[in-house]
Amino acid sequence: MEGRRLDEMRVLIAQHKVKDHLFAIIGLVCMMIAVMMLLAAFLDLLIDGWSRLRPEFFTSFPSRRAAQAGILSSWVGTALVMLVTMLSAVPLGVASAIYLEEYAGKNLITDIIEINVSNLAGVPSIIYGLLALGLFVYMLDFGQSILTAGLTLALLILPIVIVSTREALRAIPREIREAAYALGATRWQMISDHLLPYSRGGILTGVIIGMSRAIGETAPVITIGALTFIAFLPPLPFSGEPPAGAFDWLFAPFTVLPIQMFNWVSRPDNAFLANAAAAGVVLIAMTLLMNGFAIYLRYQIRKKIKW
Amino acid sequence: MVMSFARPEVRLEVQGDAQTEDLPVKAEAKNLSFYYGAFQALKNVSMPVYDKKVTALIGPSGCGKSTFLRCFNRMHDLYPGNRYEGEIRLHPDNINLLGAKVDAIEVRMRLSMVFQKPNPFPKSIFENVAYGQRVRGETKKALLGDKVEEALRDAALWDEVKDRLNDLAFNLSGGQQQRLCIARALASDPELILFDEPTSALDPIATASIEQLITDLKEKVTILIVTHNMQQAARISDHTAYMYLGELIEFGKTDSIFIKPKNKQTEDYITGRFG
Repeated sequence: MEGRRLDEMRVLIAQHKVKDHLFAIIGLVCMMIAVMMLLAAFLDLLIDGWSRLRPEFFTSFPSRRAAQAGILSSWVGTALVMLVTMLSAVPLGVASAIYLEEYAGKNLITDIIEINVSNLAGVPSIIYGLLALGLFVYMLDFGQSILTAGLTLALLILPIVIVSTREALRAIPREIREAAYALGATRWQMISDHLLPYSRGGILTGVIIGMSRAIGETAPVITIGALTFIAFLPPLPFSGEPPAGAFDWLFAPFTVLPIQMFNWVSRPDNAFLANAAAAGVVLIAMTLLMNGFAIYLRYQIRKKIKW
Repeated sequence: MVMSFARPEVRLEVQGDAQTEDLPVKAEAKNLSFYYGAFQALKNVSMPVYDKKVTALIGPSGCGKSTFLRCFNRMHDLYPGNRYEGEIRLHPDNINLLGAKVDAIEVRMRLSMVFQKPNPFPKSIFENVAYGQRVRGETKKALLGDKVEEALRDAALWDEVKDRLNDLAFNLSGGQQQRLCIARALASDPELILFDEPTSALDPIATASIEQLITDLKEKVTILIVTHNMQQAARISDHTAYMYLGELIEFGKTDSIFIKPKNKQTEDYITGRFG
């Protein structure tokens, strides 16, 4: 009797283990599908664009002849727009998050703000483009410039920065705050001496995830009227005749990598497809580089902090 | 810096079974009640904390002993919905720590606190101890260095860490971390140190070293300690208060509380029949 029960149990365990293995295989397949698709897309771009990935590609302006066209104006544009985006989104987002997390009381208004911030992250990016067209281009008269594009993308990633900063602040244990307060620190001393340094890793991660999203955005930048063919660079401060002002580049017309790609893809001449693929590789590489940098920084910062 | 002062003219009020003594008083709760929202966690507690003595607060979980302790440095101000009634007088200047016109920051500058779990900042050993002085605006490197060394010596940690002051505090053991937190509390020259179950997260050897430290420290500073461990209260304190359900049941010399408590409830708790 006992022996038979043990046998039955073993059969049952064997059946359960089959299901366990089965799921492991299904899971692996699903994961491989996702990874392979991405890898295949990247490899396809790399193969198509390889012939164009030469130094001249990065130092040439766009041209009517595919073989001579390059991405100088668009990568410079992307870099400058990203700079404006970062310089405006980080202070705005981090300050908002600190206010919401540490200063604002719990009431109906903060609840509404909170729901709005989380929902803003899901608003389609073209809506931001329309908002920016009305606000920055026409009302504030910033024109179809690097400043407008940078501010638009900053608005777009603001919710990401706010949410990740709040998460990072919340992860700091109550005991650490109380320790600072117990020594006579004011709220701002506690925030600037403790919360901000300890949440740097989380804040940075949020900023870079946001930037990675912004770098590939096309729709809002087209909506505010970025040009698709730009054969000059924004003026360097104090260069040219008459000398440009320190911030003239902010108001210069510009293009960015995704728009340049879009432009090349829509040309009838197939030769431009190689250019588009090469630009795509550059865009993906920039994103991966940014993410890699974020992971490295986060590792360096979190190494010091164990809760 | 511990102030020396003439014995204040205070008429002590103590609730429950309690005997007061003719000793200098450092702080004194007067009819202190405390509310978390609508819940009354402390009921009319009155008792003294004698100068340069160790006063222990004992009682079963939830009796309000930590709540009482955290009233002294206004930690409850940090969270909404909390309310105090009554007074805590700090001598010699007889200031009401809970007074509406008294800034909580000022109170915390005078009293410091050691928490249940060691909670060093994720900074260097030096910066942990120096933080209290930095908050007070001290920037001179030499002065900070002296303060840090003095506090670490007083916390019996100097010899263990003097060669690695720039190491992260997290690399210390649990007992060392707690002594670091005590050094941090000492470095801001407190008049009274509040200990909130400082050994509950430590092993017996680390506990013994913290207890020794507390006994040594009372020569310099007044100590109020919450403990869940009756033997600990018996070992280190001069006076003991037994609390139950937010009320002070008995206060007196530790010897008399433990040997012949006046109150039946205290006796039941101390002899282990209850709690």
